[in-house]
Amino acid sequence: MREIDYRDAIKEACIEEMDRDPKVFLIGEDIGVYGGAFRAYSGLLEKYGPERVINTPISEQAILGGAIGAALTGYRPIAEIMFIDFCGLAMDQIVNQAAKIKYMTGDALNVPMVLRTQGGAGRGIAAQHSQSLEAWFYHVPGLKVVMPSTPYDVKGLLKTSIRDNNPVVFIEHKMIYLTKGPVPEEEYTIPLGVADIKREGKDVTIFAYSNMVLKALEAAEELAKEGIDCEVVDPRTLVPLDVETLVNSIKKTNKVVVVSEAAERGSVASDIIAIINDSAFDYLDAPVKRVCGLNAAIPYNSKLEQACIPHKESIVEAVKLIL
Amino acid sequence: MKECTVRECTIIKDKLTDLKEYKVADKFKDLKNEQKIEMLKRMFHIRYFEMEVEQFILKGQIYGTCHLYIGEEANAVGAMNAIRKNDWIVSHHRGHGHCIAKEADLNLMMAELIGKGNGYCKGKGGSMHIADMNTYNLGANGIVGGGMGVAAGAALTNKLQKNDGVVIGFIGDASTNTGVFHESLNLAAVWNLPLIFYCENNQYGMSTPIIKSTKIKRISDRKAAYGVTGVTIDGNNIVDVYNTVYHFAQLCREGKGPVLIEALTYRQRGHSKHDSQVYRTKDEVEQWKEYDPIVRYREYLIESGVLSEEEAKKVEDKAIEDIKAAAAFAEASPYPELSELETDVYAE
Ligand SMILES: Cc1ncc(C[n+]2csc(CCOP(=O)(O)OP(=O)(O)O)c2C)c(N)n1
Ligand SMILES: [Mg+2]
Repeated sequence: MREIDYRDAIKEACIEEMDRDPKVFLIGEDIGVYGGAFRAYSGLLEKYGPERVINTPISEQAILGGAIGAALTGYRPIAEIMFIDFCGLAMDQIVNQAAKIKYMTGDALNVPMVLRTQGGAGRGIAAQHSQSLEAWFYHVPGLKVVMPSTPYDVKGLLKTSIRDNNPVVFIEHKMIYLTKGPVPEEEYTIPLGVADIKREGKDVTIFAYSNMVLKALEAAEELAKEGIDCEVVDPRTLVPLDVETLVNSIKKTNKVVVVSEAAERGSVASDIIAIINDSAFDYLDAPVKRVCGLNAAIPYNSKLEQACIPHKESIVEAVKLIL
Repeated sequence: MKECTVRECTIIKDKLTDLKEYKVADKFKDLKNEQKIEMLKRMFHIRYFEMEVEQFILKGQIYGTCHLYIGEEANAVGAMNAIRKNDWIVSHHRGHGHCIAKEADLNLMMAELIGKGNGYCKGKGGSMHIADMNTYNLGANGIVGGGMGVAAGAALTNKLQKNDGVVIGFIGDASTNTGVFHESLNLAAVWNLPLIFYCENNQYGMSTPIIKSTKIKRISDRKAAYGVTGVTIDGNNIVDVYNTVYHFAQLCREGKGPVLIEALTYRQRGHSKHDSQVYRTKDEVEQWKEYDPIVRYREYLIESGVLSEEEAKKVEDKAIEDIKAAAAFAEASPYPELSELETDVYAE
């Protein structure tokens, strides 16, 4: 199979969906000639013109409000917020508008839109450009939350998110745009709410998402050298969450480590552990271990920055602790 | 001072406000020669600081991103010299120039930029987060518009304390399209806060020309919406900047703020560390360089007999020397300890 990078997989998904459905359009800051801050849209302005690749002023609230309004009235916007950190400027639109409109109106209205954004540390851009804020959205009923880790997943899941009739918060990770992986030429989609076992194993389950899947796989390789066989479960979407695949894995391994880059307190990882407690307690042979970011802001200096988030070594250590 | 000519993409004369209308006096001419020369030196400091930062970028020592102020120096230096040392400023992501003009320590700034533990933010902040209470600088910001409300808040403090301090909130042209611009300027207006929003209109917000994101010709025309004074000036002419800020700071001190100053200027470098600048032509950049604020001011000082060619050269050489020393200091400084990771999250 051909290999393409994560960023090109995003672009392909947009192209295919824009070609399939004239109601799909792109909106966001610096997405025109610039092709987006991470260049995921390069060439799309030339291809689709300024009415479908809509470059905006710096107005996060109006970008999302605009996308919601267009979605209510027949379009399927893909609204880009350059850094997930900037969602802070538009939380009302996401939390009080997009997430609740369908429910509050008793299904009179639907908000079929995608909020595309990216988060995570690793580029030395410090506290206001490096956060992992998925828990904010995970917490709010009415929003779906998708966090793909591979080129294959990002393409298939973005296509499904665009077709979904709900507001979908689609969170990429800035450190994986240039990672390559197999992506078929033929069309495919991936349903939301279906986890993927990125590596099979029998000794310990490592539950990880987004960039942490890559770290978990590195850790699993390392542990394999010592004869420890890890299974890496990538939920791919946090809402809806595929609890069944996780529980089945725990039934097999009886041990689980949950990894997330986000600050530990109030994290998605913490909630996953509550879910494991509810659904798989009887299968556990050891306490569940969390490997998360520190409860601190992301610092600038790269040595400090790396020490603030989980990495291969911390995952290896956690696995060994519960063996 | 070399006049800017009327042409597309360059400082368009009909955009400028006639400052006589506001009775803006020429206070600059009353300055002592030493201060005029000091202002030139500060501009050189900023220019050579940023050029040194470019070297660190090439050497891979600037981890994240940073935004250079080259071409905009007259704004920070002119404005800072027109206010008092203990007047607060609030900066933005393109903030190195504001720090230097406020007389920040060049060594500590450079150390911060390359992530050293003795830098202004202990290596935790980097380019976008330098603040310095010693020079009344409330800090840069990674969030566009993030400092606007803060600037209004600092001005509220002045009002509550009934002192005659003034606050300058430096803001970018494109940042005036954020919601917080509206909220904070309106609030400052109804409370008559001693606040100057100094808008550095460098013609772009990242890749987007301001004319494509803003319908009105002058950003200062927004004054009407808030019932405040607003003017548009040549931000590459430090004399105009000085006189304008001096005049309106005085009004603010008398309880007649806030004021919106739009200064037309140009960012000569890319938006940030990574920018192929596909959105503008080389020709446009070259045209603006003809109105380089430092070249203009230097020539002006020589023509008006404030200093000679040789003396100007000496000022420039001294600035280069200071920056080299800052770079050496930064290189020799220690990296932060890992134990610093979880400190500073909360106050004691
Ligand atoms: C809320 C927010 N949106 C977007 C960005 C990304 N961004 C950083 S600087 C910038 C352009 C700002 O333009 P302007 O205010 O004119 O300042 P300039 O960079 O031209 O000095 C953008 C879009 C950001 N940092 N914060
Ligand atoms: Mg600008």
